Amino acid sequence: MDTVKSSVTFDIRTKPSGKIKITNWNKSKVVMTGTLLVLTLLSMYGFLTFDYKEINLIQATLDTLANLKLMFLQANLNNFTLAEAIYQIGLTVGLAFLATIIGAVISLFIALFAAKNLSPKPLANTIIIFIAFIRAVPTVLWVFIFAIAAGLGSEAAILGMLLHTVAFLVKAFAESIEELDAGVIEALRASGANWWHVVTNAVIPSTMTSLLSWTFLRFETNFTVAVAMGAVAGAGGIGFELFMASGFYFDMKEVGFITYAILLIAVMLEFMSTRLKKRYIVKS
Amino acid sequence: MKIDVYRKKKRQFTIFALIVLCMTFISAKLTNFSFVQGISSVPEAFRWMGSNLLITRESFEKMPSILDKLIETIFLSITATTTASIIALLLALLGSQTTKVNGFFSTLSRFIASVFRNIPIVAWALILLLSFGQNALTGYFALFLATLGFLTRVFTETIDETSNSSVEALQSTGANYYQVVSKAVLPECSPQMISWILFMVETNIRSSTLVGILTGTGIGFAFDLYYKSMNYNVVSLITLSIVVVVISIELISNYIRRVIL
Amino acid sequence: MPLLEVKNITKQYEKDKKVLSGISFDVNGGEFISIIGPSGAGKSTLLRCINRMVDFSSGEILFHNTDIMSLSKKDLRKYRTQIGMIFQHYNLVSRLTVIENVLHGRLGYKTTLQGIMTRFTEEEKKEAFHLLEKLGMREHAYKRCDHLSGGQKQRVGIARALIQQPKILLCDEPIASLDPNSSKVIMDHLKNISQELRITCIVNLHQVDVAKHYSERIIGLNGGQIVYDGAPQELTTTNIHQIYGSEAENLILA
Repeated sequence: MDTVKSSVTFDIRTKPSGKIKITNWNKSKVVMTGTLLVLTLLSMYGFLTFDYKEINLIQATLDTLANLKLMFLQANLNNFTLAEAIYQIGLTVGLAFLATIIGAVISLFIALFAAKNLSPKPLANTIIIFIAFIRAVPTVLWVFIFAIAAGLGSEAAILGMLLHTVAFLVKAFAESIEELDAGVIEALRASGANWWHVVTNAVIPSTMTSLLSWTFLRFETNFTVAVAMGAVAGAGGIGFELFMASGFYFDMKEVGFITYAILLIAVMLEFMSTRLKKRYIVKS
Repeated sequence: MKIDVYRKKKRQFTIFALIVLCMTFISAKLTNFSFVQGISSVPEAFRWMGSNLLITRESFEKMPSILDKLIETIFLSITATTTASIIALLLALLGSQTTKVNGFFSTLSRFIASVFRNIPIVAWALILLLSFGQNALTGYFALFLATLGFLTRVFTETIDETSNSSVEALQSTGANYYQVVSKAVLPECSPQMISWILFMVETNIRSSTLVGILTGTGIGFAFDLYYKSMNYNVVSLITLSIVVVVISIELISNYIRRVIL
Repeated sequence: MPLLEVKNITKQYEKDKKVLSGISFDVNGGEFISIIGPSGAGKSTLLRCINRMVDFSSGEILFHNTDIMSLSKKDLRKYRTQIGMIFQHYNLVSRLTVIENVLHGRLGYKTTLQGIMTRFTEEEKKEAFHLLEKLGMREHAYKRCDHLSGGQKQRVGIARALIQQPKILLCDEPIASLDPNSSKVIMDHLKNISQELRITCIVNLHQVDVAKHYSERIIGLNGGQIVYDGAPQELTTTNIHQIYGSEAENLILA
């Protein structure tokens, strides 16, 4: 060991090779490296075990590219008119809107009981666990499950989307409410206000903007979900047209037109919700 | 003066509420949704679920095959997420204001991200289905493209928000682009990025169920199969197994986030 | 021959808004210069023009008689290794250890691959420990930077700049985020660096009294122009008025 300059070297850590260490493997670094390693190994294993069914990857990729070219460069409507297309888009937006707005109203009420600063802890925790359970089920499964009772169609789609929306919004709303300054609630309570007074005079006014932003964010998600429900669960709207154009008519030009339409709405919604989010949801 | 502001706020709110009401009404008309019928069918649906969505002993016999499909879905979502995250990182480095190479690539990266994330995953699945057929790769690419769009956006935001100052410091020491990226940007951003990757794995399990219904792969296919043959006991077993997987992944992710963030 | 010659440089971000106009001064080896002026006077931009973190619009800066605007990408890297920089907000990579951050100062001397693979020589590591020792930070070497106090972070910043073996240290408001005690520690270190190692220090400062106490020369900046350039003893109340305008009263009283 080199101890000539002992005053400089006594607290320098060395590797087994005798070289000076400069990193420090704390828990956070170990967990990060571990996570990345595990994900990489799992991905490699996944690639090795997928059921590829003897697909010709190059041919399929080329075909897809040709399709994409046709879609985006020669987008056109063939099997229905522009007016109909607008109507179908309206239908999809309508599905998303209803699921969002009804969901938001229900969520607001439930969130008041799920926020730990307004509600007893056992109750809040029960709701949060229950909500996590609902959220874990994919929306499409909820739609299918409702469809058994209500039949496939807009009712089942809206109810299924509604359930998922409530599960998402209750969590988001409750967290916004919990961020509220504890002093405000305390001051009102001290002045003799009851629970409902606290809610209507302090909680709702001061969290309103962030609740609205979350709701809009969910509207954006629900639009995509509504497209999916149209394609997969027979909920109608532009998603169903997309499914027909690609799966039945094999009409790539029409698929292109529909994709453009969906893209346009989605980009608009995203733009609005990003602006709302920037203004009202403060990232911690 | 103050009363005016108050009044203005109140009027704004009334107008806002009226617009929302109007839109609700139009939406209900458009979608043929009846509130009464809709809401009244909820208890009925739950009653039906209570009596029919039971997991019986027979349905457990399907467990091995369900597990098989479930594992396929989990691997699909992990594989799509990790591969997408690598490309997303490259795009985000090009797209971020802090690490961009030039304005053209930055705009291009943001454009690609926007297109990929705003075309719904079902659309990708349907398009890919035409040439890839009912195949694990169809699902993989659909998830990959949608994930790429989302992760590029959040990675770009992460780089913009967290690494500005240390990038400047390293540049001023004479470090070159690759050194700045590997020694300042990645160490600063990786916890946030890993957190987003975990979020995406979780989301993709749900998305791949949806995609699986279309592409005939994974747990989505199993669900569709038993749903269509009206074997609701197995349907509920499948649903429950998805819930277990999603919640487990959520719990693991939450633990990891607590440690690294 | 002066170490650095700044000749008539101008910087404008927008068409008719000049942040700097007609700045000229010479800097000799080992000088301790303070640049003072109100916020928005162009102090930060001026410092960043010197190591070309900001490209100025016109004029020229000569370092050892070389025009720094003519440097190639590779030569610019080499030039920057000779100019250390210290920041108001320390600009450390907060999740890495102190010693890793100090060694970042060597990146300019490394090839791309050596840098990415973190290949630092034992001599460089020992030098890093030596610098930390001199700055009283050795026992913190393996701590993560986000666990340090402001004064400690700034000392890491100084070590990172010194390990570059620079000819000039540019310090952009090095004490603006620190309490008075830590500020004194940092300023004393900077003073020592310029006297013992003969490294030129150019320091942006907000506090006139600190500037007067530490520097050999003060440059006063207002509206992107030099309004004072001289010894601290000769800085009069009138000069301060010129530099700070209406803000001056508060400063002099304080």
